[in-house]
Amino acid sequence: MKLVWRRPFPWIITVVALAFALVPYVTNDVQLRESLILAAVYIVLASNLNLMIGYAGYVNFGNIVFFGLGGYFCLFMVNAWRWNVLSASLASGVIVSALALLFGLGILRLRGAFFALATIGVNAAIQQLVTNFEPWGGATGIYLSLDAYGPLGGPRQALWTVYLLVVAATLASLLSSYAIKRSKFGLGLLAIGQNESAAAVLGVPTPLYKALAYSVSAFLPAVVGGLYFYKTGIIEPSGAFSLSLSIEAIVMVMLGGQGTVIGPALGAFLYEEMRRFLLTAAAFSNFQLVIAGALLLTIVLFVPGGLMGFVYRRWPRTQKALE
Amino acid sequence: MTVLLEVTRLNKRFGGVQAVNDVSFAVDEGQIIGLIGPNGAGKSTVFNLINGISEPDLGQVVFGGRDITGRPAYRIARAGLARAHQIVQPLHGLSVLDNCVVGACFGRENLALPQAQEIAREVADRLGLGDRLELPASALTTAGKKRLELARALAARPRLLLLDEVLAGLNPTETDRMIETVQRIRASGVTILMIEHIMRAVMSLSDRIIVLNLGSKLAEGSPQQIANDPTVIAAYLGDSKLIH
Repeated sequence: MKLVWRRPFPWIITVVALAFALVPYVTNDVQLRESLILAAVYIVLASNLNLMIGYAGYVNFGNIVFFGLGGYFCLFMVNAWRWNVLSASLASGVIVSALALLFGLGILRLRGAFFALATIGVNAAIQQLVTNFEPWGGATGIYLSLDAYGPLGGPRQALWTVYLLVVAATLASLLSSYAIKRSKFGLGLLAIGQNESAAAVLGVPTPLYKALAYSVSAFLPAVVGGLYFYKTGIIEPSGAFSLSLSIEAIVMVMLGGQGTVIGPALGAFLYEEMRRFLLTAAAFSNFQLVIAGALLLTIVLFVPGGLMGFVYRRWPRTQKALE
Repeated sequence: MTVLLEVTRLNKRFGGVQAVNDVSFAVDEGQIIGLIGPNGAGKSTVFNLINGISEPDLGQVVFGGRDITGRPAYRIARAGLARAHQIVQPLHGLSVLDNCVVGACFGRENLALPQAQEIAREVADRLGLGDRLELPASALTTAGKKRLELARALAARPRLLLLDEVLAGLNPTETDRMIETVQRIRASGVTILMIEHIMRAVMSLSDRIIVLNLGSKLAEGSPQQIANDPTVIAAYLGDSKLIH
């Protein structure tokens, strides 16, 4: 960890995250906060998905399942057990991460398209399970009453607290992505992503590393799922396990540059800006999905390295500072 | 002399083909053993069975006194058995240095990153890749990739090195350099089991040679014995009686 702080990158993103946290707070701009919290959630999703896609080379199509499950666990704990949102979301992260480890040891025996299909299957199966699970409200889901926000000083104050917590999770995502990339674990994952059989012959414990990556990539999305759905006050199956958001997260990773640390965050931010712009016109309801499809196709065909991949190729020196 | 690797009655069948049929041999510590035979004799399959790429139907592989039969490849690598592939398998997107670091990190000594980087640099230097450390592995020439394959295996500090046709595809100058390199590796105390088609190299490097044909062991002996063995000549060139 000490080594990590010796380079400029962690400082740069810490400063950016502070700006993210402070600007809406100081200006008391609620609209800006609502836009930025969505961008922050997207950054967490994309950055953690990048551990699987960009590092280990496994396309997790059903990545949204972590987010949705985290939301459900958290809201259940807040609602039924009167836990505070911070402990509830962290506990949800731990539970979902542990579940991912178990699932990962199973489905990560599959490779390529078969793995991608299996992850969609996991997401669909869990959505069905939750839809029929009465303690979690079945198809109608869980609603929070206003007094759930009492411990944080009422709804108005709670929204600010949740915002700061989400920004903290965003910072944690980027720092952990960076630390992993510069670690032995990260090198093993990159080796797996390049050529799994060769990595195994070189001694990389592939089944364990893949499952660990899957599990690590579940933790913060689940925490943020808890925070996000606490903020909205309602969770129901089709919103929590939305496959289209799952695919949008893949577009963000590819747009910014898979395998880089900063790329997925940049991709997520740009994608949210585009989506917000399109949403202002009612005629464009969900039009971002059309653009997302076109974007994904263009990137895969012409700029497989994404934005940051392009920048690093053009100006290799920037990679030393940014990763 | 102690036995480092002992292979007993290995068998492997792919559909209707008996790829490896009751093959047994032993490799003593510090030796170079050549494994030769016509195309399709089962040489690479024997390597796959030894280093855990596939599991034998029957038979046993004992390495350094431990039974490693059917263990996963990464466990076997950890135990100190490294392999350079016939068809080079560089980690394309990683730098030459990082390729070697992977070898050192996850090899026999299970090193932390900083020590692994040191060893990787040293090995890459020794194999003449010192000036290309930061290049992506995909940018190397064929000869360079072969050297990288070897460097990566060596960075693991193995006790036994499996070399699968490291000379194939090299021009005569490169071949001579590589033969020299292999001799230096042996001198540093690494035992070598090598598959090779270039007879000049096998004959000059090997202490002993094992000949495979159609999945079975045909002969075993010193390079001289093998060169004069009529069954070996028949396997390679056809029946000598038919020629005369």
